[in-house]
Amino acid sequence: MSVESASYRVIYPRVRRRRSPIARWYRSNEPAVLGLAGLASFFILWQVASNAGLIDDLFFSSPTAVLQAAVTEVQVPRFWSDVQYSLTEVIVGFIASLVLAVPLGLVIGWYRRVSFAFDPWLNFLNAIPRPALIPLVVLWVGLGIEMKTIIVFLGGFFSIILPTVEGVRTVDQGLLDVAHSFRASQRRVFTSVVIPATVPFIAAGVRLALGRLLIGVVVAELYAQTQGIGVMIERSADVLDSARMLFGVLIFTLMGVLTTGLAGRVERRFQRWRPSANLDLEEGV
Amino acid sequence: MAASSELALSARGLRMEYRDRSSDTRLVAIETMDLDVGDGEFVSLLGPSGCGKSTFLKIVNGLLKATAGEIRLRRSGTGREDAMVFQDAALFPWYSVLDNVAYGLVCAGVSNADARKRAAPLVELVGLQGFETKYPYQLSGGMQQRANLARALAVDAAILLMDEPFASLDAQTREVMQAELLRIWNAARKTVVFVTHQIEEAVYLSDRVVVMSSRPGRILADIRIELPRPRLLEVKRSAEFTAYAAQIWKLLASQPAAADSGRHG
Repeated sequence: MSVESASYRVIYPRVRRRRSPIARWYRSNEPAVLGLAGLASFFILWQVASNAGLIDDLFFSSPTAVLQAAVTEVQVPRFWSDVQYSLTEVIVGFIASLVLAVPLGLVIGWYRRVSFAFDPWLNFLNAIPRPALIPLVVLWVGLGIEMKTIIVFLGGFFSIILPTVEGVRTVDQGLLDVAHSFRASQRRVFTSVVIPATVPFIAAGVRLALGRLLIGVVVAELYAQTQGIGVMIERSADVLDSARMLFGVLIFTLMGVLTTGLAGRVERRFQRWRPSANLDLEEGV
Repeated sequence: MAASSELALSARGLRMEYRDRSSDTRLVAIETMDLDVGDGEFVSLLGPSGCGKSTFLKIVNGLLKATAGEIRLRRSGTGREDAMVFQDAALFPWYSVLDNVAYGLVCAGVSNADARKRAAPLVELVGLQGFETKYPYQLSGGMQQRANLARALAVDAAILLMDEPFASLDAQTREVMQAELLRIWNAARKTVVFVTHQIEEAVYLSDRVVVMSSRPGRILADIRIELPRPRLLEVKRSAEFTAYAAQIWKLLASQPAAADSGRHG
């Protein structure tokens, strides 16, 4: 019997064509290229629509106008003090929420009795929409940076403590058995099992917290307009300066992108042992 | 490996009950158990799921407290009396292979640097040289079990307690690991209490196979395996081996509830 004697459908291997260097460069950078193209086309469309008078500059501004606003703004000392003011709220609020939420979360998650006592409070306080507390906090500490930092802190604190508690509660019992089997001290059980197992949960909480922190900054600054980028946005809106307003929004966005990127780097550094944390590295090879 | 007159482990009148919270009834996991293990002996506990064989290991290891009875472990001069090799490897995913193997030493108060130095030869003994800095997720199932074994060997305990360590491995890897275990046992000269539900595995590895009944667990038979050592994997095809396996199979099959292998405990 021979395969030529009858009719067959033949399945061929994949033909590998040699690609030009440009095509190969494109294939390895496709996500970045298409991503940039998407962004660029939006700005070009916006600019064209503005130039052609299709949209009203007064309300929608244009990319060049925002750029111009940026160039003038960075030369004004008040702008830099606003940036510093808002950044201080974010940084102090974030550090305070991390430093308090992580240890407290570890303790509540680990000791059942402590969690019985704290759980109702955590659920109750977390249910409060935080902006509703602003007038009360103003009453306590005034309209200054303290009030805004407290509001920012509250947003970050609950975002971090709830996943931390959850992380401790879901630690693998098998690994705790290993630690106890080798007679690990309570302290070592914590440092070798509980804390490493909770790190991914803390990291998820931090990511959530960073978004909430910025919302806290904006809401608090819009409520009590003393200083900060939120105030700059509001003042620009008052005088219908949409370009400057959008520049302010851009500053907040930049803060969000930078802090999230930084947190991602720290997270990967702490989680080299997780397969998913190394995926992007391995795929690059 | 004839056992010397010294006993490494001796259990007398051991009984284990659990309280079932939902029905508030008492569940007897181990009815009464007397067991002696000689120094340097390789003893398997064999029985259906839920017969209390893993529970016995956990009581010896101190992870569980028995309801009644007592266990005596011969003190070793160098440190721990016993060390556990866990089911499903149970390696710390955030530690490298070397740090996992060194874990027991660090728990015993050895400094990190010294613990690593002392762990290195054991990594080599189990055949993981070159993988010291890898994380567990980068290892195959068989390699993870090698690291699990090295971790228990590192604390230099007199008795190794092995809780179905090869249960999750595929058939071929399991055979390789069985032969490896005998090689390492030969080199390390330890007393081993090995829990398994596989008849072949128990006969191949052991000096004695202790057959347990289904729950409530008690000892049905204590069978000395007189196959010569060192045992190659070919011994599994021999007539004596098959006879031992058939004898044990009959014992288990005569158990009324033994067919109920879906139970866990």
